Amino acid sequence: MSALNTHSRLEKILKAGHLGVTSECGPPRGSDAEEVKKKGLLIKDYVDAVNVTDNQTAMTRMSSLAACIHLKLLGIEPVLQMVTRDRNRIALQSDILGAASFDIPNMLCLSGDHQSFGDCKSGQNVHDLDSMQLVQTVRYMRDEGKFLGGDAIKRPPKIFVGAAANPFADPFEIRVPRLAKKIACGAEFIQTQCIYNIDKFKEWIKRAADRGLTEKTFIMAGMTPMKSVGMAKYMKNKVPGMDVPDEIIARLAGVPKDKQAEEGVNICVEHIQELKEIKGVSGFHIMAIEWEEKVPEIIQRAGLYPRPQV
Amino acid sequence: MIIAKKKPIEEIIGEVENFDRILILGCNECVTVCEAGGKKEVEILASALRMNFMAQGREKTIDERTLERQCDHEYLEEIRADIDKYDAIVSLACGVGVQFAAEKYLTMPLLPGVNTVCLGANEDRGLWTERCQACGSCILARTGGICPVSRCAKRVMNGPCGGSTNGKCEISKDVDCAWQLIVDRLKALDKMEDYEKVAPIKDWSTDRAGGPRKVTREDVKI
Repeated sequence: MSALNTHSRLEKILKAGHLGVTSECGPPRGSDAEEVKKKGLLIKDYVDAVNVTDNQTAMTRMSSLAACIHLKLLGIEPVLQMVTRDRNRIALQSDILGAASFDIPNMLCLSGDHQSFGDCKSGQNVHDLDSMQLVQTVRYMRDEGKFLGGDAIKRPPKIFVGAAANPFADPFEIRVPRLAKKIACGAEFIQTQCIYNIDKFKEWIKRAADRGLTEKTFIMAGMTPMKSVGMAKYMKNKVPGMDVPDEIIARLAGVPKDKQAEEGVNICVEHIQELKEIKGVSGFHIMAIEWEEKVPEIIQRAGLYPRPQV
Repeated sequence: MIIAKKKPIEEIIGEVENFDRILILGCNECVTVCEAGGKKEVEILASALRMNFMAQGREKTIDERTLERQCDHEYLEEIRADIDKYDAIVSLACGVGVQFAAEKYLTMPLLPGVNTVCLGANEDRGLWTERCQACGSCILARTGGICPVSRCAKRVMNGPCGGSTNGKCEISKDVDCAWQLIVDRLKALDKMEDYEKVAPIKDWSTDRAGGPRKVTREDVKI
């Protein structure tokens, strides 16, 4: 995993053997770019790259690509998230080229939440490709320099390609085989679902390491600090594929309401410190949902600051 | 079979409001089996319309008839002799039958009495569920006999997605996760090694995407 395929700083950091750190920005529900720029600048010096979500939870927002460009112009390295829900293979390939034209060097390939969660419940979904096939598509465009249709691409996209993994979704026994499939499709880095069940995560990554998968891709552990016990309960009960153990809820409930956010950050920092020592964990993806101002503190307290210069 | 669901009576009343001589036309095939458009449903709809218009003091002719099939020239021809007796036909066949009748009787208004829902099976008494989307290129050999095109809300070819919880789909606790079913079947077949084969990018040109589809068989043409 040593040779560099792109100009991505994230790729350089991971391949140099450092723990990578990414975070994310959700584009605004409007056309004011200042919102996304402000979020980006808050975390700029604390992370290697910033994921920009693509109409997350199927709520219509400013396009991920446009928001990525705003960040890129500020000197922040974006990770373009792309879901297969809204675009067919023509639009996906076209947007990949658009991103590459701005030298956006990272992409995360996802299927996307079902549209019934969002503000266009009566809309169609596309799913011409699935998330693994999107990984294959980007790799094919980059490595073969060709469109899916077979024609040559002038200046192929140089993009470091990632995929998501949920160690907690069902059925558990295929979670590692599914990771293996994503790697076989060409996923060079993996960002996981938010981790609260540390024991289950360790079991998952151990099984992945036993199969040699952690040598073939960089696994970045997903971390989301809880703002309150209410948020923890919501995540446990309402968010598909989320595993929040009762101990986490009890710990948040055990402190006064005005201290819960602080306790949520404490838990997050402790989890990062614990997982830093686990074989196969290559970095952290910190998703502080609408709470970007907490990211610098978490990264500093977790001992991930300053970021290495590469 | 084709699964259909009765349209709300208010919608049908609205559609036939301005016609005085109406034929309610049932079909003896799929819509009879799924109890949406057979002889029994023709009787019920005709009675409901008669009562509605009688209550308004309006006199209308509402006749009933059920054909063996509405997707077949031979049976649709059976109503030709009587067609001039009507101003409109409410067909309780699936969308295929309604259109085939409309093509045959060019000047006759043809109104659908059911919503055609899917290709499915009668899973239980009063329960019909989707099994096929007629994508035109069957992959069931690769997926343990369970179809991700029709049964996964994201038609994920390499599933399940991250939203699968306790065997259910992220869109509803009442919907089985197709990929959980696929994994269960592969395990039962002792073919879990097949799970790791990456499904190739699908050719959707045989699906709706390729335009209206047709099957031509020279060997059975007359």
